[in-house]
Amino acid sequence: MTASERWVKVTHSSNIPLHEGRAVHMGGHEVAIFNLGGRFVAVDNRCPHGGGPLADGIVGSASGRPTVTCPLHNWKVCLETGGVARPASGSGACVRSFEVSVTGGIVSVKIPAERPAR
Amino acid sequence: MRERLAVVGNGMAGVACVEQILRHKQDFEITIFGDETHVNYNRIMLSPVLAGEKSFDDIVLNGVDWYRRHGIHARLGARVAAIDPVARTVATEDGMVTEFDRLILATGSSPLIPRMEGVNKSGVFVFRTYDDARRLIELSGPGIKAAVIGGGLLGLEAARGLQIQGCDVTVVHLAGTLMERQLDATGGSYLQRKMEAMGIRVMCGKSTQALLGNGHVEGLRFHDGEQIEAGMVVIAAGIRPNAELARAAGLKVNRGVVVNAHMETSAPGIYAVGECTEFEGQTFGLVAPLYEQGKVLAAAVTGNRGPGFSAQAPAAKLKIMGVEVFSAGDFDESHPGAEAVRYEDPAQGIYKKLVLRNGRLAGVVLVGDSSDDHRYLEWLRSGADLAKQRRHLLAPPPAADGGFDAAKMADHDTVCGCLGVSKGVIIEAIHEHGICTMAQLKDRTRASTGCGSCTGLCQSLLKAVAPDFEEEKAKVLCECVPFPQDKLREIIRTQRLESVQSVLEIYGNGKGCEVCKPAISYLVDVASCGGHQEDRSARFINDRVHANIQKDGTFSVVPRMRGGVTTPDELRRIADAAEKYNVRMVKVTGSQRIDLLGVRKEDLPRMWEDLGMPSGQAYAKGVRMVKTCVGSEFCRFGTQDSITTGIELERRLENLYTPHKTKLAVVGCPRNCAEATVKDIGLVGQDGSWQVVVGGAAGKGVRKADLLITVETTAEALQAAELFFQYYRENANYLERTYDFVERLGIEKIRRDTVYAPEDVRQRLLGRLRRSKERSSDAWLERYNPRATQFVQIQPLEAMQ
Repeated sequence: MTASERWVKVTHSSNIPLHEGRAVHMGGHEVAIFNLGGRFVAVDNRCPHGGGPLADGIVGSASGRPTVTCPLHNWKVCLETGGVARPASGSGACVRSFEVSVTGGIVSVKIPAERPAR
Repeated sequence: MRERLAVVGNGMAGVACVEQILRHKQDFEITIFGDETHVNYNRIMLSPVLAGEKSFDDIVLNGVDWYRRHGIHARLGARVAAIDPVARTVATEDGMVTEFDRLILATGSSPLIPRMEGVNKSGVFVFRTYDDARRLIELSGPGIKAAVIGGGLLGLEAARGLQIQGCDVTVVHLAGTLMERQLDATGGSYLQRKMEAMGIRVMCGKSTQALLGNGHVEGLRFHDGEQIEAGMVVIAAGIRPNAELARAAGLKVNRGVVVNAHMETSAPGIYAVGECTEFEGQTFGLVAPLYEQGKVLAAAVTGNRGPGFSAQAPAAKLKIMGVEVFSAGDFDESHPGAEAVRYEDPAQGIYKKLVLRNGRLAGVVLVGDSSDDHRYLEWLRSGADLAKQRRHLLAPPPAADGGFDAAKMADHDTVCGCLGVSKGVIIEAIHEHGICTMAQLKDRTRASTGCGSCTGLCQSLLKAVAPDFEEEKAKVLCECVPFPQDKLREIIRTQRLESVQSVLEIYGNGKGCEVCKPAISYLVDVASCGGHQEDRSARFINDRVHANIQKDGTFSVVPRMRGGVTTPDELRRIADAAEKYNVRMVKVTGSQRIDLLGVRKEDLPRMWEDLGMPSGQAYAKGVRMVKTCVGSEFCRFGTQDSITTGIELERRLENLYTPHKTKLAVVGCPRNCAEATVKDIGLVGQDGSWQVVVGGAAGKGVRKADLLITVETTAEALQAAELFFQYYRENANYLERTYDFVERLGIEKIRRDTVYAPEDVRQRLLGRLRRSKERSSDAWLERYNPRATQFVQIQPLEAMQ
């Protein structure tokens, strides 16, 4: 596994419809990329609760921040911080969030230097 | 012997007067005659009824138990034909004669019908009673051109109501500007622009000469020769006091029944109150002075004569959602000594004018923003010297909220202008009776039961004073769009909003969430009969990929098997597909179908192709299945062909979304093998007839379905099911199952609105179902025309390592 962080070109921005998410295999695990209209964000595609596919969730907001609601049991995850916004009992849990950039219509995700063993 | 008090008239003024009488020490034996069959209701609120915002129950002021509790004999549906002031009797049209010692005339008023030809044609209505409102609701609808004659308060409210019911509405007004009795010309033109912006056509300065048409009205012709089309005409051109009874009895009558300041007529022991009266040459049409009259009369008739009645400055408020109009007092600035203070913002549609005389407020006109109406009304009533406030007349130091406003009021200040309830009385009632809800406050003080414009103020008082205040939260959909669902439904329907995003942007926070987005998706779909802009980002994942997500993120696939009937060929294809896509389990469901569990999202389109069967919608809040027994085709007990009927029913309803999942069943005999009586909609065959039952459940709770109707033919049974189905689609809240819906509305109301509704209402329900159906299709056909990466697993453009 590489030690240094790097940007990976993922897909054309039109492949991720407005206000929806899509899952992408990124070296052994899945990242959920969301199109928030004007910007893209990415988090692990695994709800910290039951492992549900966050990319299949509905995008919303909590305290002014964008969120996604897991389709399995309605846990709400902040798309900027990766923190759990609901339920309160899950507030310690967190998913990783990734930097995303869009250049020339291509969405890229920054893979951090060290990934914890999964 | 107890004194007998007869009251002719069961309307707002008469009954409010009786309420006042009951507050005094008295021992009357009271009889109330009402020509309407309904109990005492709030006539002012008929406009919200027509606009679909309120139901009859919402506007009842005193129900049957009130009459009973006070020992009042109510003769409803009994029109009084004559009164004899000498013999002291009242005779009803049915020939019954009732003796009285004292009599109160509260006969109200009738719509004024201007002189024109053709008023007797069918399709020509007035708007005065609940029955009028009902008739208008029943007969109005999309595609109907309606004309309202009269651009006053009632005419405009009626116009908006008809428009909400779907009509294409024109208001025809005699004067040069709208509501000219309450607004000056500038205010009238501001109001006209508001009405036009809502899509209502306004024609001012038009005098109708004739209603055209052969039998049924087809249009209007004006005196200037111009004609317009109209299949429905509502005349709202004013009222005239109902004074004929009094006139025939020899009482002094001019325009109305003449009364003195204690509401006594020219005949001893006979009083009059309300719109039928004339006092100092003045007649009345707004509610506040009538309640005042009632108080004075009650005092007089019980021997507690106090200060007499004096006509105060009338105030009027238009009850149209989104159009704020308020007017009070004398706003004519051309009167000597009058000076006007004005504020205008044409872009915002706001116009305010105060007219002052001798440094005191004489009149006020507000259009577009009536939030300060209360302040002005109080200035008018108290005659406050405004010298110190001159700089803040139109731009007051902003009241942060209602509570602030209420705190500043003095105890003797009026909160409810209609019923004359002061702040002090409300606070005392709250303390004395431990009131903590609006309902209790209304019941105890009657505050805010008139025009309702002081509701906010009452609520803030309650909040500030009552230690145990309970807010009656109208259940809003969610914080993103803080409206109750019925309001939201009305907004979407009348504003013709067709996308989730437009609803969120205009009425919400612009973002939405997993609660409101699917709900609004449903509402825009139903309101437009499937003509909405489908936004998959607002749908739950199941409705994005037409399969049911499982706990491991894979999906289950349930093909449609109408009536639970399949073929060897279909079974072979199902078996092949199950193997080809490594289905983890093949399961026969409780809905007489087959569930294929553990399918990957990217395999869905190909699997559907291999199956060659339509979607069973097992994942959707939609039509699941029609379960059937084998019926008369095979069963030796079967009396009806349940399979053919079930398959036909499924065909007619499939592919449509419903507020929650909808399960149906058809059984061929009362043995009920397919459990139709615990389904959302069930058809139960009997010898020579079908029972159509609705609202059954066999889930967390078990509920036996209610009988909607019993019919002879299969065609009628199918139609009854369709009527209920579409009614449920249009009127239930999102995520409300039929069994909650049926309990909430009551089966009687549902019957009235569906199978026993007038023919045209039924046809319109069916028409909307048909339109929705025409626009729907098997969701699995999306495999031929998928959306961007709908089923595709995206692979990164660059290799990971």
